[in-house]
Amino acid sequence: MTAQQLILASLSLPAVAAACIGLAGRRPNLRESVTLAASSALLVAVLALAQAVLAGERPRLRLFEVMPGLEIAFEVEPLGLLFALVASGLWVVSSVYSIGYMRGNGEAHQTRFYACFALALAAAVAIAFSANAFTLFLFYEALTLVTYPLVTHHGDAEARRGGRIYLTVLIGTSIVLLLPALVFTWQAAGTTDFQPGGILRDKLDPIALAALLALYMFGIGKAALMPFHRWLPAAMVAPAPVSALLHAVAVVKAGVFSVVKVIVYLFGVDVLDNVSMQWLVAIAGFTIIAASVVALGADNLKRRLAYSTVSQLAYIVLAAALLAPLSIIGAVLHIASHALGKITLFFAAGSIYTAAHKTEVSQLDGIGRRMPWTMGAFAIGALSMIGLPPAAGFISKWYMLSGAMEQAHWAAVAVIIASTLLNAAYFLPIVYRAFFRPLAAGAAHVAHGEAPLPIVAALLITAAATLALFFLPEMPLALAREVIGAR
Amino acid sequence: MNLVAHLPILPVVVPLISAPIAVLSRRGSVAFVLATTASWAALALAVALWVQVGAEGTISYAIGNWPPPWGIEYRIDTLSAFVLVLVSGVAAIILPYCRRSIEAELPREQHYLFYAMFGLCLAGLLGIVATGDAFNIFVFVEISALASYALIALGRDRRALVASYQYLIMGTIGATFLVIGIGLLYLMTGTLNLADMRQRLADVSDMRPVLTALAFITAGMSLKLALFPLHQWLPNAYSHAPSAVSAFLAGTATKVSVYVLLRFYYSVFGAGLVSDLGLREVLLVLSLAAMFAASALAIFQTDLKKLLAYSSVAQIGYITLGLSFESVAGLTASIVHLFNHGITKAGLFMLVGGAVLVMGGSDMSRLAGLGRAMPLTSFGIVLGGLSLIGVPGTAGFISKWSLIVAALERNQWWLVFAIALSSLLALAYVWRFVEAAYLREPAQPREGGREAPPSMLISAWILVAASIYFGLDSSLTLGSAMAGAQSLLGAAP
Amino acid sequence: MSQFGPFSYAITIFLMVAGLYIVIARNNLIKKLVGLSIFQTAVYLLYIVPGKLIGGTAPIVAEGYDTYSNPLPHVLILTAIVVGIATLALGLALVVRIHEAFGTIEEDDILREEHAPR
Repeated sequence: MTAQQLILASLSLPAVAAACIGLAGRRPNLRESVTLAASSALLVAVLALAQAVLAGERPRLRLFEVMPGLEIAFEVEPLGLLFALVASGLWVVSSVYSIGYMRGNGEAHQTRFYACFALALAAAVAIAFSANAFTLFLFYEALTLVTYPLVTHHGDAEARRGGRIYLTVLIGTSIVLLLPALVFTWQAAGTTDFQPGGILRDKLDPIALAALLALYMFGIGKAALMPFHRWLPAAMVAPAPVSALLHAVAVVKAGVFSVVKVIVYLFGVDVLDNVSMQWLVAIAGFTIIAASVVALGADNLKRRLAYSTVSQLAYIVLAAALLAPLSIIGAVLHIASHALGKITLFFAAGSIYTAAHKTEVSQLDGIGRRMPWTMGAFAIGALSMIGLPPAAGFISKWYMLSGAMEQAHWAAVAVIIASTLLNAAYFLPIVYRAFFRPLAAGAAHVAHGEAPLPIVAALLITAAATLALFFLPEMPLALAREVIGAR
Repeated sequence: MNLVAHLPILPVVVPLISAPIAVLSRRGSVAFVLATTASWAALALAVALWVQVGAEGTISYAIGNWPPPWGIEYRIDTLSAFVLVLVSGVAAIILPYCRRSIEAELPREQHYLFYAMFGLCLAGLLGIVATGDAFNIFVFVEISALASYALIALGRDRRALVASYQYLIMGTIGATFLVIGIGLLYLMTGTLNLADMRQRLADVSDMRPVLTALAFITAGMSLKLALFPLHQWLPNAYSHAPSAVSAFLAGTATKVSVYVLLRFYYSVFGAGLVSDLGLREVLLVLSLAAMFAASALAIFQTDLKKLLAYSSVAQIGYITLGLSFESVAGLTASIVHLFNHGITKAGLFMLVGGAVLVMGGSDMSRLAGLGRAMPLTSFGIVLGGLSLIGVPGTAGFISKWSLIVAALERNQWWLVFAIALSSLLALAYVWRFVEAAYLREPAQPREGGREAPPSMLISAWILVAASIYFGLDSSLTLGSAMAGAQSLLGAAP
Repeated sequence: MSQFGPFSYAITIFLMVAGLYIVIARNNLIKKLVGLSIFQTAVYLLYIVPGKLIGGTAPIVAEGYDTYSNPLPHVLILTAIVVGIATLALGLALVVRIHEAFGTIEEDDILREEHAPR
């Protein structure tokens, strides 16, 4: 297959899978096989593309022109490839997990669930491979819309309320801020193509650039920069696999991916050097600390994880805003390492819910003894979030910290260190409770063991991957270096 | 007889003749075939005209060989050809839908009259667009309006009668204002031919009557096109009319009124006069009011048809907002939205009509669980709704993009945000349907899976599919709109 | 132009405004239609009056006649009258149907009745 066919295949595989899932709706086994087959095939296609990209190729695919000068086009470059790799790789794992979770909890509307899941992946891959901001915007909105049925999966009043917040914040920011930014970019530069070095050089004065950057940064609501973070906790009404793959990986990473992409390929790092970025660093820093503090006080496990995600996403924005080569490498790496760690944590939360029907942190006393695999994986994920070796989070945090020091940005250094302490403060007690506290008195008589096998298998795989990324970071590191133009 | 030479008038004549024959036939089925044939013929002729205009430029046709400006001239330029295609296209797609829809909603003995009225209404709307004569515009406005009053009154509910009466009063006042304006123009220029009028206006020394005429025409047509706050007739008329009629009028009638306004503004008065009278500011304020107030009203409707009707008022605000920019980009946005909204809203009303047929009403509470009961219908409504919001990949997005481009061109950032914010209101009213259809359980369980008749569903889906297609490939619509806008403003001194 | 001068326009405008006032102010559906007709009639005057010359004849070239009235407005208004009659007829027909359906032709009562179940 040529690289172009591979791009087309990676885009269409999940979409075709969604159609097949719809058709196979009455036969659950066939339906789940379709999901597994499609996700594996997608991973193979993306891996094949990775080879080409690592060899220095930049395959392009132009589909058609929507408006004069605005076309739907795809180009695989290192950053997008990394995002696509993470998303497609974790789709395979979370498909296994979903089968265990959805059957284990007897969820309704499973066909709709798998179909929308596949569509969400199609949108995520399309975002990853977008060759211009217009294409990215199109699939960015599509991703919001196809994940809406997943968020409101349960269909009750709480799901409706969560769904409303989800849509209002995500569509609201994208239409009110991102769309005008896009039109403005197009008018100023005559194109929306992502190009190394950016397209806005000498096109706008610094004030206009700063305003435009603000529109982009807040317009990309999926990056959950405060004050537009509310959708993420609201989305936690969804079933655990959705929270795991979409709200720890695909959707939120689409957000920060867009942030990095806009900074590196639309503005250009050296163009932004002349623009004051302090406000962005400040907002990202504030988000990191504030979200960590909220997480500290949250008793609901998924809510705590959601706020942890908000804070971790802000790391990536902060690192990108520092504009130091090392911190940008850190930002790119963190897309991968946070994805692996956070999906493990969400898998664990879903596993606990499936096996023990517990949702609150305070109910978890002693649960580690009954669910050792789940809580063991949880501990690894937590280490990665805090940024301790031997977990992947350490590497990305190290790069970010080095970048901040290189820029002599001591406030950023302080934020990263302070938040590391906060992360430890809200994750380690959970691990401590699970393993070292006696079983809660009320829960003792409800006998339960580990969650179903697919769930445990899935979370062990992601936990192992979190460790593996620490020991073998070569490939993502190589891709990240190419993003900043260093080989 | 060389038919090609008579091409400009044929799209009007064919439906016009079909109507009396339909009455004479006194048979619903014959009338249906006649009206359908006539509308498809009109579409074919309109497309032929469009192609010809694209190749050869503006076509002028002298009725009865009386040369203009003495005789009545039919004048087809890029803009009128584009609107002709929209109107005849919507009619041609709605007519196959009518058969089952009308069978369910009207007593058998009224069927042939319905198709006769439909033919008259179509002929009137096409005539407005095709003619180049001011008084002829008035006559066709009244022909289409009288036919649509009758069509609305056919609604099942007795409230349709009141809605039709209200529309009759408002519509007649609007048309009479138009004819007053035309009369004043005639007094000052001594001609009724639009092109001739424009030339002679340059020599008119006393501009006061001309400005008065402009004011009358603006007010009259604003009534007809339901510019906020002159929209009161519209929600009742659209929601109580038979479904097919709602769809047809929503897709065409107000759009043609916008066309008349465009025609008078830029082909007769010229941009300078419109600005002199401060109409740009007036239009801007009223459009914004429409975008926000009507959308907000739409959110609180409990009846889906009424919700869509209020949404129409809001969407008309976008069209007139583009008009108020008075730039090529602004007019392009207006014209392209005129087309995009026409097909989207017609498709939506058709789908809702199908839902009404099966579920027995368009009240939100009745439509609870529609996603399960009628999956194709409700998914189509969602897609159309996305186009109303302006989600990328739908026709509505192209309109919104063009409108934002036009606002940015004038450096009016606050307007950019206003446009974007108002689409959030659209999100709110579309999502009321989504939540009702997919997230609420029906009040009483019913055997699901029964869709509207295929003829209705397919026709409606053609329009929904078109609104997606024109969102992905806008070369046809945006290109025509831009050509139309350029020809309108190019004529300005 | 006309010899009546501004006076004729005053009449025209008076009729126009009076008609419009009746449409807005009256509650009775028939009276509204009467107002609408007066309003339309005023427009007929607006067209006809400037076209008529005292002593003017139909524009037929004949010995001894050299003042002609403009025939075009007359023709236009002929059309407008037809339109007006059609509108009036349709309006009255609607009022008859409304009376059948609601039992009244007073707008207030109808609006009150609209929301009540039949």
